[in-house]
Amino acid sequence: MRPFYENFPFFCIFLTMLCGIITTLIHDGKKARYVTIISLFLCAAMNATVFIMTAVKGVNFTYTMGAFPAPWGNELRSGPIEALLATVFCLVINFSLMGGKKDLELDVLPEKKNMYYIMMDLLAASLFALCYTNDMFTGYVFIEINTIAACSIVMAKDCGQTIVATIRYLIMSLVGSGVYLLGISILYSITGHLLMPNLFTAVNDIIFDPQLRYPLAVVAGMICIGLTVKSALFPFHTWLPSAHGSATSSSSAVLSGAVLKGYIILLIKIVCRVFTPRDISYLGAGYILFILGAAAMIYGSIWAVRETHAKRMIAYSSVAQIGYIYLGLGLCTTAGIAAAVFQIIAHAFTKPLLFVSAGGLIDASGHQKKLYYLRGAGWRCPSAGIGFTVGGLSMVGLPLLAGFVTKLVLGQAALAEGIPQWQMITALAAIGISSLLNAWYYLPAILQIWKTEDEPLGPNGEVYSEGRYTPSRPFKVAVACMCLLVLILGCAARPLMNILIQGVGLL
Amino acid sequence: MHLSEILATLAANRFATASAILFVVGMAGMIFNRNLFKKVVAMGFMDSAVFLFLTSVGFVEGRLAPIVTDPSVPASAEVYSNPLPAGLVLTGIVVSVSFTAFSLALTMRLYKKYHSLDIDEIMMKSQRNED
Repeated sequence: MRPFYENFPFFCIFLTMLCGIITTLIHDGKKARYVTIISLFLCAAMNATVFIMTAVKGVNFTYTMGAFPAPWGNELRSGPIEALLATVFCLVINFSLMGGKKDLELDVLPEKKNMYYIMMDLLAASLFALCYTNDMFTGYVFIEINTIAACSIVMAKDCGQTIVATIRYLIMSLVGSGVYLLGISILYSITGHLLMPNLFTAVNDIIFDPQLRYPLAVVAGMICIGLTVKSALFPFHTWLPSAHGSATSSSSAVLSGAVLKGYIILLIKIVCRVFTPRDISYLGAGYILFILGAAAMIYGSIWAVRETHAKRMIAYSSVAQIGYIYLGLGLCTTAGIAAAVFQIIAHAFTKPLLFVSAGGLIDASGHQKKLYYLRGAGWRCPSAGIGFTVGGLSMVGLPLLAGFVTKLVLGQAALAEGIPQWQMITALAAIGISSLLNAWYYLPAILQIWKTEDEPLGPNGEVYSEGRYTPSRPFKVAVACMCLLVLILGCAARPLMNILIQGVGLL
Repeated sequence: MHLSEILATLAANRFATASAILFVVGMAGMIFNRNLFKKVVAMGFMDSAVFLFLTSVGFVEGRLAPIVTDPSVPASAEVYSNPLPAGLVLTGIVVSVSFTAFSLALTMRLYKKYHSLDIDEIMMKSQRNED
């Protein structure tokens, strides 16, 4: 008898999809909201159970859907990392929905509110599937579902600007998934498999065949490029600032906290389970990811420094943070990949915290989005101000916060034995310069929102007095939870890193 | 390698060649075309290229479709071509149809708002609205 918790990954995917279907029948936006949030908390509990069981026992398992073995049936597979990330996604989506409640009420038409939650359910289902799938083509199908759902939540705030952002996002995404699909088609024509374990044995047999080196390099390159376009790695990030900067706060938070990461997890799984990290480095794809990651860290930060629009500044900072993940992945070592996974988790909590808090600050300042008009907003809405401060300081890399640990473990991974010297120097330089630039734009922004001297004035001279704005209770809960998680990740990183390193071995 | 050899290789891999050309045409169209409607058509090109490639991978000259008409004859894998790519292509077509519908709906919305299909013009207008 297999343990019962092995059913949970499937239950999570099924439950969220079912909630999506039920939500179509509920026309009341408020009830739809409760259904989504409760189902996601349930999923978080189930995923956390899977994580704890697999991490304690140090095992992974394969789940055959309907007891049909592959290639007839479909397979899910989970170890500690997949389950942990699925848990993180549930929490992130829930906190974002809770924190962005006020904005959602303003931005989404009341009769369309239930549609928004359908898309959230679908998004969650596709993220779980991307975490758990054991099949390349299932991965492709859920990438597309994820894209449609993500595009819909961007355009939920129905104004011209968001539709333009959506169409740019859609076009870039389609190019990305087209390249990914072509990559797996070529891989299929070389090996005749789509299931990851079968592909692993097949690729292992032919990897050092000199005749097949270039075809395999093309495949690895196409899969990597396809997924990096979708996760907005520099230079494919052009769609991100407009999409994340113009959408409603919840959508921006979910997009940068969860959606971008879904593709990266699929990529990590492919790197570890179809190829090996060493193969990826041998085929050259690892170096490309590494260089683009380092470039993104600096380029994203430079653009964030130049930005005056609060949400777009945070969006450009996402470009830089995605660079950190790829820098770790591009090192192609266990420590590097574990650092990348840690950065996924750290960023998944920090960025929604920033977006949600920025949404609160913007609300408290008469919906002015320019940083200049957010002067003193922290005093008008202290919970949002504290959230923004904690998030910003974590991004800068203040010790005891999650962002610091990321920089630390990435630096340690880069200094490990066996890493070429140029990679070591590039990685450390990129981390240093990027941290400096982060401080350059986050610290002034934080000082700006706590400013007291002059009277905070709007563009037409209107005065926003203190205490006029009261945030909703879910907002406070979400900000408090995310602050706490950022702090816990920063303080108790060592045990988590041990689990992650063990988990990368189990991928 | 002589030109004749190159041509012979290309002819032998004619499906792969055709799909590579289609894919590049589609991708270039999607990135460089300014007209949104043409971008959507280019997306169709790109998807068709992948479907052509996948179908040709599954097709083996001289083999039958994997349908057993006479149950008394034991089925042999040698007689039939691989049905999996065809299944993948079907899934892919469904995905691409839904994406085409979605992007056309978005394009219509933008046209109603800005009375243009030119992406640069639309972006300019939307940015002007923001300021």
